[in-house]
Parts: sequence; C-alpha cells; structure tokens
Amino acid sequence: MKKKLLPLTPKAYTDSARIAGYNFAYLDEGTKRMIRRAILKAVAIPGHQVPFGSREMPLPYGWGTGGIQITAALIGPEDVLKVIDQGSDDTTNAVSIRQFFAKTSDVRTTERTSEASLIQTRHRIPETPLKPGQIIVYQVPIPEPLRFLEPRETETRKMHALSEYGLMHVKLYEDVAMHGRIATAYGYPVLVNGRYLMSPSPIPKFDNPKLHRMPALQLFGAGREKRIYAVPPYTEVKSLDFEDYPFSVEYLEQACALCGADRSYLDEIITDDQGTRLYVCSDTDYCRQRRNAGHKNPSAGMVPLAAAKLRKEQ
Amino acid sequence: MASLMEKPILQAQQVSKFFGTRAGCRDVSFTLWPGEVLGIVGESGSGKTTLLNTLAGQWPASGGRVQYDSGANGVIPFNEISEPQRRYFLRTQWGMVHQNPRDGLRMRVSAGANVGERLMALGERHYGRIRAEVLKWLEKVEIDADRVDDFPQAFSGGMLQRLQIARNLVTRPRLVLMDEPTGGLDVSVQARLLDLLRNLVSELELSLIIVTHDLAIVRLLAHKVMVMRQGEVVEAGLTDQVLDDPQQPYTQLLVSSVIQP
Repeated sequence: MKKKLLPLTPKAYTDSARIAGYNFAYLDEGTKRMIRRAILKAVAIPGHQVPFGSREMPLPYGWGTGGIQITAALIGPEDVLKVIDQGSDDTTNAVSIRQFFAKTSDVRTTERTSEASLIQTRHRIPETPLKPGQIIVYQVPIPEPLRFLEPRETETRKMHALSEYGLMHVKLYEDVAMHGRIATAYGYPVLVNGRYLMSPSPIPKFDNPKLHRMPALQLFGAGREKRIYAVPPYTEVKSLDFEDYPFSVEYLEQACALCGADRSYLDEIITDDQGTRLYVCSDTDYCRQRRNAGHKNPSAGMVPLAAAKLRKEQ
Repeated sequence: MASLMEKPILQAQQVSKFFGTRAGCRDVSFTLWPGEVLGIVGESGSGKTTLLNTLAGQWPASGGRVQYDSGANGVIPFNEISEPQRRYFLRTQWGMVHQNPRDGLRMRVSAGANVGERLMALGERHYGRIRAEVLKWLEKVEIDADRVDDFPQAFSGGMLQRLQIARNLVTRPRLVLMDEPTGGLDVSVQARLLDLLRNLVSELELSLIIVTHDLAIVRLLAHKVMVMRQGEVVEAGLTDQVLDDPQQPYTQLLVSSVIQP
C-alpha cells in the first residue's frame, strides 16, 4: 500500500526520485516548518540568536548538524547545492553532506560558487563574491561570542537584551596586552546592524570584511546549541576593534603555489619532515577557476620554514 | 562630611526583606550623606549582607523604599526602577566589593582587564587610554605596574581585595557598598587595606557603606554605625557615641566582647 503523504508536501517534492521511506530532504515537513519559522525570526532580528528544536541528524555534533538542518529546511527541487569545508569541496565532511542531499532530495550539486543557489560552509566564505539571491549557510559550533568570558547563559542573554557589550572588548584588551595586537584570528566578534554582538562562526578574520553588506542571505545554524541566527542581505557588519588598534586583515607573504593568487586565503601544506611547506588557495573552486583561466605561479614551489611570514593589508 | 546645602545620597525607609516568613532584615531606615561612611555591624546571620543586597536591588525588597540621589538624574527610587536602569547605575555610579574577591573579579582575565572592564562597559574604545587609567589605579591601590598582565590566580588575598577595589573605583562611583572587605585577611594586611581605604574615601569623597563584624574597622573608618541583630537595627548613631556609650544590652555585649590585647 502506498503511504499517503502529508498534504503540506509540495507536489514537486513528491515527484522527485529519492530513497523510499524518507521525506524529501530527510526532515519531516513539520520540522522543516519549525526551522523556517526560526529562520524568519532570525532574519527579522539580524544577529539575534533564535532558539529552535534541533533534531538528531545522521552525523555527529560538531560536523554541521545545525547547518544541515537549515539546508534541509530550505532546499527545494530547483536548488543547486554546494558544500564546502574550510573552503574545500573535496574534504570528507563536504563530500558526505553533498552526497546526503543528493540522495535524500535529488537536487543538483555543484562545486562552482557562482552556479550554486545554496552554499553550506564550514569555516570559510568563498573567495568569489556572492550574488543577490544566493544563500550561504554556516555551521556554528558555539553561537555565543561571550561564552568564554561569561559562562552563565542567563547573564549573556541579559547582556544581549541590554546591549551590554563592554565585556567583548575585555577579550580584545587581553589580546593587545599579551600580544601587542589583536591576535584573535578566527571567530572574530562582530556587531550586526549596530545592535547585536555576533560570532561569525570560526571563519578566519580574513573573511570578516565579506560579511559586511553581503548581497547574499547569511544563515548560521548551531545544532548542538539549538540556535539559529542570520544576517540579511546588505546588512552592516562591523568587526570590533580599538580606536588605536583598528581591525585589519593579514595576508601571507606567499602567493598560491598553483594559481599565483596573492589576495586569497592560503592553506599551509607541510610536504616533508624538514618543515618545507606548500601554500595553496583554501578555496579549491576559486583556485581551479584561476588555473583554468591560465593563471599560474611563475615561482611555484615549496617554501622553506623561515620564509613563511605574515604581512598586513596596507 | 556633609555640608548643609547637600542632599542625602541614599535614604532607606523601612526596608524589609523576607524569605518566606523569616525576616532577612526588617524595617531598616537610615540616611547616608555624600562623603559619609556608614558601618553596619552585627553577628553572623543578623541580616547585614541581606540588607546590602536589598539596597543594591540584587534581591527585590519585600517592603520599604530606597531613594538614591543620582546627581544629574535626580532622586530615583532604586528598588523600583527597571533592571536595565539598575544595572546601568550599578556599573557606573555604584560599586560593590565582595567579601570573597573571587566573586567580584573575573579570574580568567588579567588584572589589567579586570580593572579596565568597567571603562570598556562605559564605551571607552581607546586601548592606550584604558591602559593608562588601569596603571594609574593599580598604583593607587599599591599593586606594582609589572603585575598588570598577571592573572588574579597569581595574586595574594590582600592583593586580590585591592584589585577588586580598583576595579570598582575606576569609574569614580559615588557610592560603594563593601561586604566584609577585610574578612579572611591577616591582621597586618587588614591594617594596610584599611589605611588605603581611608585615604581613597577622603580623596574621592566616596560615600561608603561597609558591612563588618569587626568593631575596630568601624571605629577607624565609619562616621556612623548601625548595630543589627536578628534582622533589625537595635542601635544607631555616631560611631564614637555608640561604641563608647552603648545603650542597648546587645550593643554592650558586642562592645565588651572585643578582646583587648
């Protein structure tokens, strides 16, 4: 006997090929609606952490259970999905999540940033600028930026409610006092729309400027912590800093060994036990597109340990 | 001391705090003038700390009024204002020094960050200015400048207490509440801390409410004293008057219990 589908399931969903016994995109429609309600609320209050009834997903906490639930709630048959992990399309996590949605929703997947309508990411924003209409979903381990300064959740919620954010600068003060500069390199705290303090998930601070007035919708999902928050398109996102220690982005002195890009975020690959390193773009799609367009690094090769240095954006 | 033109900074009228049917403190009334130091003494469990927390609005009062003269914003009923307002005043115009400095400090950030936190909470966003102010205050409370980046765990009990005082005074509060600030410190450290407090109080013209069970501290610091027993004030007046000529049996017992070396 054919099981009757819930009436709220759109016609298009039921037509697509998928594993028998599972609803389109794994989650049942009631759960998806609950998540969509949380997303709507999050978009209405940029940067505010909205609680939601996080479900158990068939992957462990810390692997993107929050992001995968947002993606499952939003994805439709027309969507084109891209999944990246640390900028890369071909790491275990990215491949698994991409296969998961290919199986359960039968949507088209891609590795090209510009072709994707929905991008789920862990710890990076693609180098190719995102366009209006695209949605980027971040996987968030700890949504509360004040967690390690004020462990009481009751207190941090109150601080968000009253915009008492002086404490976040205590962290930056500690950085300058200990290291002579703001040494926070990832998960760099931001103020969204002049109101809510937000953790941008552990993206490198290199990516922080991309958050500001991004044309795409940015959604953040924390599965274990049961929180969703959002930055709507073209929203002001300011990285916190001191007047005398302004926010700055650091670049490596090297260019990508494969495509020669000197303004992209580089991965350091250790190639032997002498400390020799290879620097390549962390965004694999960006690197491939540049190589296809004929770019290459004229002095490509390994870099000895001593040569690896940081330079500051002028 | 108060001049004739000034208004009281804090007025408590019949402040009570009940825990169920048991009274934490009952019908406490007093007036605190700018620059005045009020000592609250009494045995353990007499309601001193309850009174302090109720005055600061940390615990809602069961009855009575607390009138605070905030200066620019006029006289406000402190136990009736909204929580955001109360929190604003508590981190700007009020200070709270706890008996255990670990309750009043952030143990996971450096001494300098502890002192600078209230400045940053008030919107200071210039590292150089914060740092200069922090160093100035560490000097005032006699902590060496080279300890500024050390964590509070590395500090002795007396230093922690001085650090807590600096953390509270850095925003120049008008009213400071202290709960047994010298409890748990050895006698020589107590003496130095009291000396420091006395100088700071006169230098900054602080109004101070100090809770203690040590009559010597009251004698040294307080202009006025309130003796509490079982949640009620049994005797109040000028310090020397109360301690030299106690009228109530309980106060007489308290004064005579002090061991004279």
